[in-house]
Amino acid sequence: MLGKLSWGAIPLNQPIPMAASLFIIVGMLGVLGLVTWKRWWSYLWREWLTSVDHKRIGVMYVLLALVLLLRGFIDAIMMRSQLAIAAGGAQGYLPPEHYDQIFSAHGTIMIFFMAMPFMIGLMNFVVPLQLGVRDVAFPVLNAISFWLTASGALLVNISLVVGEFARTGWLAYPPLSELQFSPGVGVDYYLWSLEISGIGSLLAGINLVTTILKMRAPGMTYMRMPVFCWTALAANMLIVAAFPILTATFGMLLLDRYADMHFFTNNGGGNMMLFINLIWAWGHPEVYILILPAFGIFSEVIATFSGKALFGYRSMVLATLAICVLSFTVWLHHFFTMGAGANVNAFFGIMSMIIAVPTGVKIFNWLFTLYQGRVRFEVPTLWALGFMVTFVIGGLTGVLMAVPPADFVLHNSVFLVAHFHNVIIGGVLFGAMAGYNYWFPKAFGFTLDRRLGFVSFWCWQIGFYLAFIPLYVLGLLGMTRRMQHYAELSWQPYLIVAEVGALVILCGIIATIAQLVVSIRTRAQRRDRTGDPWGGRTLEWSTASPPPPYNFAVLPEVQSLDAFWVSKQRGPAAAPERYPSIRVPRNSPNGFVTAFFAVLTGFALIWHIWWMAILGLGCAVLTLIAFGWMERVEDLVPGEQLAAAERSRLEGASAP
Amino acid sequence: MSTEAQAADPPGLGVTMARGGEGPAPVSIVVSYGFWIFLLSDIIMFSALFATYAVLSGQTAGGPSPKQLFALRHVGIETLCLLFSSYTCGLGMLALRNRSSGGFYLAFGLTFVLGATFLGLEFSEFASMIAQGAGPSRSAFLSAFFTLVGLHGAHVTAGLLWLCFMVAQFSVRGPRDFVRRRLLCFSLFWHALDIIWVALMSMVYLMGAR
Repeated sequence: MLGKLSWGAIPLNQPIPMAASLFIIVGMLGVLGLVTWKRWWSYLWREWLTSVDHKRIGVMYVLLALVLLLRGFIDAIMMRSQLAIAAGGAQGYLPPEHYDQIFSAHGTIMIFFMAMPFMIGLMNFVVPLQLGVRDVAFPVLNAISFWLTASGALLVNISLVVGEFARTGWLAYPPLSELQFSPGVGVDYYLWSLEISGIGSLLAGINLVTTILKMRAPGMTYMRMPVFCWTALAANMLIVAAFPILTATFGMLLLDRYADMHFFTNNGGGNMMLFINLIWAWGHPEVYILILPAFGIFSEVIATFSGKALFGYRSMVLATLAICVLSFTVWLHHFFTMGAGANVNAFFGIMSMIIAVPTGVKIFNWLFTLYQGRVRFEVPTLWALGFMVTFVIGGLTGVLMAVPPADFVLHNSVFLVAHFHNVIIGGVLFGAMAGYNYWFPKAFGFTLDRRLGFVSFWCWQIGFYLAFIPLYVLGLLGMTRRMQHYAELSWQPYLIVAEVGALVILCGIIATIAQLVVSIRTRAQRRDRTGDPWGGRTLEWSTASPPPPYNFAVLPEVQSLDAFWVSKQRGPAAAPERYPSIRVPRNSPNGFVTAFFAVLTGFALIWHIWWMAILGLGCAVLTLIAFGWMERVEDLVPGEQLAAAERSRLEGASAP
Repeated sequence: MSTEAQAADPPGLGVTMARGGEGPAPVSIVVSYGFWIFLLSDIIMFSALFATYAVLSGQTAGGPSPKQLFALRHVGIETLCLLFSSYTCGLGMLALRNRSSGGFYLAFGLTFVLGATFLGLEFSEFASMIAQGAGPSRSAFLSAFFTLVGLHGAHVTAGLLWLCFMVAQFSVRGPRDFVRRRLLCFSLFWHALDIIWVALMSMVYLMGAR
């Protein structure tokens, strides 16, 4: 009746997972209780859960990312604490089977459910505004994408309470992840949650590519698009080209596990290196899916806060597209030790060095934008400057590992761990935080607290170096990754420093939360009525903060790059004589309902509850058919309402 | 557009790069363009499975080899059914354009019958292979074969369900704009399945039966 599921699945005898699940359950009940007590359900359902507005969906993506940043960080600090004490004969406080789940969950959550939603959320929110249009190409599909991502995140967190998570590392290499060596449900939790959220990411990618290529304000030619739109285009093209590989690869591993097939098994002719090639054919583009939008954010931030047009716009666009193409030619550098031979390794080594060139072009463009600019040191500026220093160091260690002979020494050492945290924290996370501080006033109509923003930045910056520079040293000393304890006592001082670094980062995270809380409580003083708090250059700053559901009462006419900046230089434009009525898509529960059945189906498949899986899948298909049968309804916003809203906005902006 | 605005563009742009400033495209273009992008992603998913098949097709683990299993006559009939169903699908789209609902039902009815025949033939091929002890868990080659061919078959099944849905929607709602847009997407999907089948037939069956 319930497949493999029984009371034994709840880890009652393990205090740490129980405490963690209790914490999560109490937290969730607390939120649900608060919503019920404050009678927010109908507001929440009408305005958020069923919303198809790209701005609301973007905000929900970022909220999801911030919540899972906390979850992933708790995993991180548990690992650092374990390694700070588990030296010599000591075993620390985490048994190996639990420690293995923690590092797997940390990587999975941070990449798929923190970094991805953060970047997709920012792109969702900003891109249509920057393009000067009213929504993405497919608003309902956008909601479905978000809710599928949230479903995956929910399944990963259910694994904490019911059953276990994978112990295989964040990419679940076979043969360890095959049924023979991982008979539990951990790998199934991993695979199904990533299949579900992967479909969500793919649909989001299709949506944004179509939006950028087919929906831009009149006059916005390709070479007048803001750089963030270019990097979003490149990142989403990579999503469209890479995520299907992930879906297929995980699908084959699932067939190995569920249908006794032999894609990656030791016996029956399977080939585990095939998995590793396929997964990195997705995995390397994936890192550029994450970093390219961050490059776009830094470009916007540096240009805005230098009060200058971005230096070398065309070279920036070319560099972005070069990275987009080259990202598919370097995947083998993740496993030079496969033994593909000197020539193959040399090719991929050289390609990996070549891809550093367009990245270098970008760094110089940012430097030249700052040069002779009037730089304002706001919070986003600091994140951008911190990125430039940190990311260059991470890039250099990456080029070092692109040399195959060096990689043979460093492969799977904590040097590698330090390298990719160096580029992902220093690049993606710093970019996400810069974008969060930069666009928050646009989303909510008030700025974030500056002082606490600085505290958060400095804690992250200092904490990062304390936590990861020791790992570079340890990697050179020969420490391999994913160790639960170690005999070599001389490593311990470095790992204690790394633990201190993690604690400093914890202070940064607390400061980020405090910044949000304080800013919300003092929002009356920090209200931005102009819609343009930073002296922005691109079209998102030309509308109200927060923007109305239709974004622009009249689509802007774009006549140049940095369209809003140029229009400000020309002085206020005459208000249009009349406002044509517009149509906006009506909210739809399609996404939420689809995701509900996706969670049901995923959970049933993980636990082999076949009737429930068929029921869930059947209901999901019926949902699609039912919503497909209805013609999509659009609401009319009459011209008079638009005119009134515009009038009050312009009056508010001119008031002191 | 004023000359001053042109001066603000980055220098040295060719005419081709400056295109695309017409404003948001109409919804019919946006929908079919988005669907094209989806089809490209689907083709990439297939290409991952093609690559897998290429790697694993020799890994028979002592079991039957492609040459022993494939019957080219059977595959030839399957191919004819599928290619003809694409032709009738095209005729159906022409009938839609010419507002001939009789032609529409006839053509899409034929499409359905041909597609279902293809599926039936594929099913009988799979069943006979499994009966010979050459099921998907026999060897890596057979895992890759059943997954690649089976995924195409799953797409055809989904296409048939979609076709029924569209014909029902057409008969209830008539040739409304959103019905036309969806039918256009369906025909793109159906033709894409043909392209994949041609690659599949060449790489799996023709190369395997040599």
